[in-house]
Order: sequence, then C-alpha cells, then structure tokens
Amino acid sequence: MLDFKKVLELYDAMLRQGHRTEIARELRDEDDLFMILCYSDMLGIPNPAFYYTLELYPHMLERFHEWHLRMGMDKSPINGFRCC
Amino acid sequence: MSAIILAVVGMVVFFLGYKYYSKFVAERIYRLDPDYVTPAHKYKDGVDFVPTNKWVLWGHHFTSVAGAAPIVGPAIAIYWGWLPAFLWVVLGTVFAAGVHDFGALVLSVRNKGQSVGTLANKIIGQRAKVLFLFIILILVLMVNAVFAWVISNLFINFPSAVLSVFIQIPLAIWIGYLVYKRSGNMLFPSIAALLTMYITAIVAARVPALQIDLPRYFGGAENTVIFGLDGISMSFFVWIIVLMIYVYIASTLPVWKLLQPRDYINSHQLMVGLGILYLGLLFSNPEVTAPMMNTEATTPWFPLLFITIACGAISGFHGLVASGTSSKQLNKETDARFVGYFGAVGEGLLALIAIIAVATFFANPGAFTAAYDSFGTAGNIGLTTFIQGAGQLATGIFIPADIAATIVAVIVVSFAATTLDTSVRLMRYIISELGNEYKIKSLTKMHVATTVAVVASAALVLLPRGPQGFGSGGYLLWPLFGTSNQLLAGITLLLITLWLKRQGRNYLVTLIPMVFLMIMTLWAMGQQVFFQWSGLGDAEMNLLLFMLGSVIFVFAIWIMLEAVSALRKNNTNIPKDRDQSM
Repeated sequence: MLDFKKVLELYDAMLRQGHRTEIARELRDEDDLFMILCYSDMLGIPNPAFYYTLELYPHMLERFHEWHLRMGMDKSPINGFRCC
Repeated sequence: MSAIILAVVGMVVFFLGYKYYSKFVAERIYRLDPDYVTPAHKYKDGVDFVPTNKWVLWGHHFTSVAGAAPIVGPAIAIYWGWLPAFLWVVLGTVFAAGVHDFGALVLSVRNKGQSVGTLANKIIGQRAKVLFLFIILILVLMVNAVFAWVISNLFINFPSAVLSVFIQIPLAIWIGYLVYKRSGNMLFPSIAALLTMYITAIVAARVPALQIDLPRYFGGAENTVIFGLDGISMSFFVWIIVLMIYVYIASTLPVWKLLQPRDYINSHQLMVGLGILYLGLLFSNPEVTAPMMNTEATTPWFPLLFITIACGAISGFHGLVASGTSSKQLNKETDARFVGYFGAVGEGLLALIAIIAVATFFANPGAFTAAYDSFGTAGNIGLTTFIQGAGQLATGIFIPADIAATIVAVIVVSFAATTLDTSVRLMRYIISELGNEYKIKSLTKMHVATTVAVVASAALVLLPRGPQGFGSGGYLLWPLFGTSNQLLAGITLLLITLWLKRQGRNYLVTLIPMVFLMIMTLWAMGQQVFFQWSGLGDAEMNLLLFMLGSVIFVFAIWIMLEAVSALRKNNTNIPKDRDQSM
C-alpha cells in the first residue's frame, strides 16, 4: 500500500529542492563566521572568550577539517588543531 | 471537436516520445551508463554536490521550468489557429525540448557538473563565453520587463487577485521565520497560507471593496491624472514601480526569508492549477471553438510561431537549470532521462492545457477572430483570455467562473512573480560577474548591481508604447524574449552536438533541432527587425525594438558562425568519455 507519510516527505523534498543549495551555502557561510569567532585567538586576533570557546574544540574538529580542505589547505593551518 | 481529443492526442505523443524516442536517445546516442560515478558522488560536499532521489530532482526541474512563460506563448500563438501552436508544442517538446534538457544534463554530468556557460568557454573558447553571458543578460532583461508588464496587466484586468498576491508576502516571511528560526515544518503552514490566499481571492471576487482597482481610482481611460497620463497609463506606471521596489527587496534579502517559502507555496499552486484545468477539461468536455487555422490572420505564422512559443516547445532557460543545479545532484546517470526529458514533457503538458483553455473559451470561431483580430491584439489579450478560459473550464468541477478566474489569475501572477524574482537575482549575479571581468569594482557590489538591474528593467518595460499608452506595450517585447531564449537553447544544442561528434556518435538528433531553431529564429528576427521595426515596411519605426532586435540578430549570426567553425574542426578541447572515467 502507498505510504502516505513517505509521499508527503517526497513532495516536501521536491518543493524544498529549488533553493536547497543556496540556503545550505548561506548556512555554511554563517558557520564559517562562527568558526572564526570561536578560534580567532589562534589566528592572532585577541578573543576574551577564548577559554570558553575552546570547550567547543572536540565538537568543531570534524567541521574544521572539512573547512580547511574546502579552503584548499590539505593540512590544518593552525598548529593546535590535530584533525589530520 | 471535443477538446479532450486534443489533450489525449497530445498526451499520447508525449508518452510515445518519452517511452521510445528518449529511450533510443538514452541508449544509442547519449549512451547512459548506470555505473558511471556522477559528480554528485565524486565531489559530494553536502551543499552543491548531493546525490538526490530522481523524483525529487524531477519535481525540482519541473517546478523550476514550468511558470508563466509556457502559458503566455501558446495563448498568443493561438492567433494563427490552434493547429500550428498544438503541433509546435507537441513536436517541439518531443524532438527539441526533451533532447535539449536531457542532453544538457548528460553533457554537464560527463563534464564534472559544469554549467553550460563554463562548458561554452571550455569547448568553443573565450568568445563563446562572452557571447553566452550577453545572451543571458539580454534574456533576463527581457524576462524582467515582460513579466513586470504581465503582472501589471493582470492586476489591472483582475483587481480581485491583487490582495491575495500581496497577502502572500507576509505569509511567506512568517513561514520562513517559523521554519528557520523555530525549526518548524514547511508543508502544513504553506498549505494554510495557500488556503488563506484562496479564501481572500474568493471573498475579493464577490466584494468590490476588496478589489484594488487602480484604473477606477484614477478615473479610467478618459481621465487625465498627472503628466498627461490617463488612468490606465498611470495604473501601469504605479504597478510597475511597486513591482520594481518589491523585486529589489526580494532579490537582496537572504533566500530563506522570503524567496524559498514563497516559491514553496507557488509550487503547490502549480499542482492546483494543473489539477483545476485538467479535471475541469475532463468533466466539462468543452468543444474547440477556435479555428484550426485562422485564415483571417494578417501576420503569417511562419516563422513567427517558433519565437512566439519558446517555453513549452523548447527553451534555453532549461539548460541553465539542468546544467546549473540538477547535474550536480544526479544520483545515477540513467536518471537523466527521467529528470531531463520528462521534465520537458511536464512543461509541454502545461503549454497544451494553455492552448486548450484559450481554444475552448469563445462561443464560436467568429467570436475568436473578432477578439484575436491582429497579432498585436493577441499579445495584449492572450493571457487574459487564458485566465477567462481556465475559469470556464473550472465550471466543470463546480467552481463558479468568476471565482475560478480570480484564483487562476492569482496562480499566474504568482508564477510570473517567481520568474521575476529569480530573473532579477540572476541579472544581479551576471552584472557582478561582468563587473569582475571588466574590472569595474562598483558593479560587483550587491546594491549597485541590483539597482542597475532594476532600473534597466523598469526603463525597458516603460518605454514601449502600447495601444493603452504608457507602460502597456510590454508585450511588444515578447518576440524578443522568445528569440533570446531560443538562442540560448541553440548554444546548448551546439555544445551537445560537438560533444557527441567528439565521441564519434550520431549527432543528428541534436544538430537538426539546432539548425531548425537557428534558421527559424534568424528568419523571424530578420523579418521583424527589417520589415516591422525599421520603418522600411508598412509599420512605423520603433527605435528601441529595432536596436534590441538588431543586437539579438547579430548574436544569432555569431552563433551560426561559431557553430560552423566548431563543427569543421576536430575539437580536442572535449575529452573523450574514456578519458573521463579514468
């Protein structure tokens, strides 16, 4: 029998598809800005909240790795980050 | 003759085209390989390259390409009778649009998901890229001008639809907030928004106080308002300025705030519109009252028909969608046939019902020829007639004609507004890219690029003078829109042909539509430019259309020369498929 919930999900995905890429890109840009704010101290920009943002380190590691690969850097540009 | 027969014949040809012709093209010409690693898998990044279900991609392709254009073109072209429009839509979809959309998708998939613009640069050279950029610029400029006119014209003719269309904006912003700031679901709020819009339309259709009727406020055609403008001219002027302010804001806002929720609601409207029309057709079983061939037509159908109907028969815009986004998300190469070819068939179905709605509207052939008395009039009344015809079809499913006409007007305005938003946004990107290319830094800034786009579009729509005066001549630009769209399709077909030639395959399936399209476009544009707009023929000179038409004519010749030169040499810029998979 036709699964009504699945049909609705498919229909929803069809209609969202149009701007999916643009929204994902906008979100990625915001995430990049957030990452810079979190680790600005490592880049030489003083950040009074660095002690606290460092707590996010384990959660951000995977995303940071994706970010530096996307930016064309094969290895982590920051010494303290041991993602690869 | 019953209009159902026309619909069934059209559908059967579409079905045979999809079942047999697209299968032949997929297996023997494009040679799709189910094991080919598509760019969606090879470069998967979660943003641009994402393997996607073929139904989702088809839905996206269909909702992106099916808008107001496949309705307007056929509604005008029926001026020559229903047969030429019907044949061009049906055969054009099967042999040109399907192969073009499908081919653009395959070509891009086999070339790292690159877009047609990048491929033009790679396969033909820098000259082709510049040509491509200018043709797109002209196309989006035409789209902005034509659709701003279409919406203003509908607001003037269907004042009961205005409130619903404007209510959609705060509703879309609310949905955007709900989904992206409150992590809500988009489907149910959007259906609620749609119902709110339709209830508003129904109430407004019966309550004159809720109809925003600018010509009435300005005292009608007889009253002079300011600057010597009469009520109708002033209404066009006000609506066009309001629309331009709206598109400026819409195209500079983040996508999630307005555009995505609005397009989401509009995609429901596509389903509602098609449902009303096809069910109405089935239950009302109307007779075709328009003549098969309009023997009283003073403007010959050949070759003007082929630029009057672009979307619905073949359209270059589809190549941009196919190679720009769909190709990066194709899960399996064999899905390309369903997404590309069947996407084109979906648009063909919309164009087909547009023909039927107009062909069944009039009481008899005499009423038709009296209304469609010249090609100019056809341009002016085409869309309005379609909406009234759709209203008449809807009586078959027990919706009163006036309410149905208001709802269909809301649907068509929403389609046109979606196209306008996308097009202004696209024009902003192209202006920024040209600013980068020619080192004009100010043009790369968002607000400068948007201002240039909006002001140029407003000027273009306000300048041509129609029978109703200032701003009412926007439909004169329709053949130019059709031509630039066809030229874009011509470039894409040329690229696919060159790719096929390099692979050592039979390239006639794309070469024949390309040559046909380019010759018809050149012929029709030449006729318009030299005998209609130059002042050499019977008609008065129209400097604006003459200049724009001449530019497009030169571009068409340029493409032909590039095509001949590229076909004569063995193009080694294109890698053979064997090299790709290695």
